[in-house]
Amino acid sequence: MSKIRVEKLTKIFGSHPHEGLRMLDAGKSNQEIRAAGHAVGCANVCFDVEEGELLVVMGLSGSGKSTLIRCLNLLNSVTRGHVYVDGEDITAYSTKQLLEYRRRKISMVFQHFALFPYRTITDNAAYGLEVQGVNADQRRQRAREALQLVGLKGWEDAYPGQLSGGMQQRVGLARALAVKSDILLMDEAFSALDPLIRRDMQHELVQLQQRMKKTIVFITHDLDEALQLGDRIVLMKDGRVVQFGTPEDILNNPANAYVERFVEHVDLSRVLTARAALTRARVVAYPKDGPRTVLHKMNEENFTSIIVVERDYTFRGTISLDAAEQAVRDGARNIEGLIERTPAIGPDTQLTKVINALAAWPYSLPVVDETSGECLGVVTRTGVINVLADNPASGKQADDPGPPAAATHTAAVARGVSA
Amino acid sequence: MTLPVIPKFPLARLLDVGLNWLTLHLAFITRAVASVVGGIIDGITAGLTWLPPWALIVIVGLLAWRAAGRRVAIWSVLGLAFLWNLRLWDATVSTFTLVLISTLIAVGIGLPIGIAAALSKRTGKVVMPVLDFMQTMPAFVYLIPAIPFFGLGAVSASVATVIFSTPPAIRLTILGINQVPHDLIEAADAFGSTRRQKLFKVQLPMALPTIMAGVNQTIMLALSMVVIAAMIGAGGLGGEVWRAIQRLEPGKGFTAGIAIVILAMVLDRITQRIGRRKEVAR
Ligand SMILES: Nc1ncnc2c1ncn2[C@@H]1O[C@H](COP(=O)(O)OP(=O)(O)OP(=O)(O)O)[C@@H](O)[C@H]1O
Ligand SMILES: [Mg+2]
Repeated sequence: MSKIRVEKLTKIFGSHPHEGLRMLDAGKSNQEIRAAGHAVGCANVCFDVEEGELLVVMGLSGSGKSTLIRCLNLLNSVTRGHVYVDGEDITAYSTKQLLEYRRRKISMVFQHFALFPYRTITDNAAYGLEVQGVNADQRRQRAREALQLVGLKGWEDAYPGQLSGGMQQRVGLARALAVKSDILLMDEAFSALDPLIRRDMQHELVQLQQRMKKTIVFITHDLDEALQLGDRIVLMKDGRVVQFGTPEDILNNPANAYVERFVEHVDLSRVLTARAALTRARVVAYPKDGPRTVLHKMNEENFTSIIVVERDYTFRGTISLDAAEQAVRDGARNIEGLIERTPAIGPDTQLTKVINALAAWPYSLPVVDETSGECLGVVTRTGVINVLADNPASGKQADDPGPPAAATHTAAVARGVSA
Repeated sequence: MTLPVIPKFPLARLLDVGLNWLTLHLAFITRAVASVVGGIIDGITAGLTWLPPWALIVIVGLLAWRAAGRRVAIWSVLGLAFLWNLRLWDATVSTFTLVLISTLIAVGIGLPIGIAAALSKRTGKVVMPVLDFMQTMPAFVYLIPAIPFFGLGAVSASVATVIFSTPPAIRLTILGINQVPHDLIEAADAFGSTRRQKLFKVQLPMALPTIMAGVNQTIMLALSMVVIAAMIGAGGLGGEVWRAIQRLEPGKGFTAGIAIVILAMVLDRITQRIGRRKEVAR
């Protein structure tokens, strides 16, 4: 069961939301509805969040991200639709149930921190517990633990005004963590921070997430941040969901021109991984091959090096053209002695790192699954350039049916982008 | 051409009739109020004048030091000592008592009304015009009906003073609460605060500096009104001025006037700092 399930959620602002709803159902555009005095916050939004998932909601300014996230703890009333949390419809909650829900199950980090200036850092972090009625000693203790978690040890008695923006947002995060809720809502929580601190915070959030396994809904209008953090991404426009999927889905198969435009300016080399630039190795060598066979394979394909795998594709290393020629001249019988250890890379390595590795290694780089040791293919310079040139065709090559002469001489390690 | 004569609307007569009726039927309440408030005023005045002046000056000095720092403390002590020296001590104490009582009542009434008006739009809509009325009506006018209700003297003076000095307490309470940043309110909501928790843990603490500015204004208005109220027998420093006017003694009049200014400055500096210090503490 999903942790959160949002079903056809619609929020209309204005004094007569139901009139706006009628116009929406009649297919009127947001502009027409606005002209009639209503504002569409979000319309028929559906998605779900798994337990422990970090879901990013992304979109341009005014696309309804905040409206949406604020419906999850009912800071906004819901005009139509349902929000199920752990199977319970929170839109049907009574005031008392809602209070309890907000106290125990869900907490929020705000874009502009929203700290209480007259309270110390500790008392800020303890606010949620204080509201729950936890006694003073216990809540201070738990607040201090949360502050330590976000790296603010030693600042417990300071006031928010004495802290930098990055530190203030850590307090905001500690305040949300201190209540130990299952769900964390973060509305552009890092947008007000400068880029360096922002990167730190993203990094720390990922680490915290790995440790604490919270369900996080994170809003951003920054695609880099979305791709960096999100397990899945909800992309919004004009209050509607235009695409819902993993970062790779969104990059590789933009659902429409809007998503494509959104994706256009992203620094692909930071976002994409080796997997996207992977091409299958059409011809490989096996340890049992003799030097002549290997040399032949290389000459056929015009290779300067060839990768060596076991029959089950377990990666062994590479053999360079020079080494193979030398071995033939020397009349060597097998190739075991020729196999060079090679700097293999994992499929999830960032493309930036792949580029660096390629610069240091004269041949194409094998991509090896870290756990199984299986060779998934190779990354070549051309492959990387093609992906960065936003030319999906190069990546998709791996989906082609295997080469005609597949059977014994060549092994089609057909594991490409789609894997 | 002659304009048709429209008979004068008998507003004054109507008000008189109304007030007389109220006096007649509410007398038992107003008398009770008068005796209670009068008793309190007399008690405090007696207590304060029983203390030797130097002791009171030291106490005020210490309070000023704690609330507002050394500079204010020194000037307060010097100012009060000068009043003592001018032989105006008793008058100062009685004026101060009236201001104190009136301010306490004004804040006691103003704070809850201000909170109610800030939290409920409808209450706010009723309260605002009443405040405008109370503040633009010339202060003297309140004195006239106060006499039939409460008799001549300190009680009438304090009632008129309360009416005159409550509006800033209400206004600045409303302002302070309305000024609380929206995202702080949302943060309070998001963590599941009840309305009460939100009020006491977020709205009032955030509004405190503004509310204290309102209290400061209330004190200043109360002081100015207490002086005017000498005309209905409130006594004190205002009484000195009033006597000097009737006897045409400009020297005495100015002396009492300067004493009022000194008292005003002492009260102002001390209370002003209380609010401001809270703000600096962030
Ligand atoms: N309280 C409100 N009253 C009326 N309209 C509103 C209100 N809040 C939001 N809207 C409208 O709803 C739409 C979505 O706004 P929302 O704040 O959710 O956008 P957003 O994606 O969070 O944008 P941003 O990136 O600027 O924060 C906008 O058109 C906005 O004008
Ligand atoms: Mg927003």
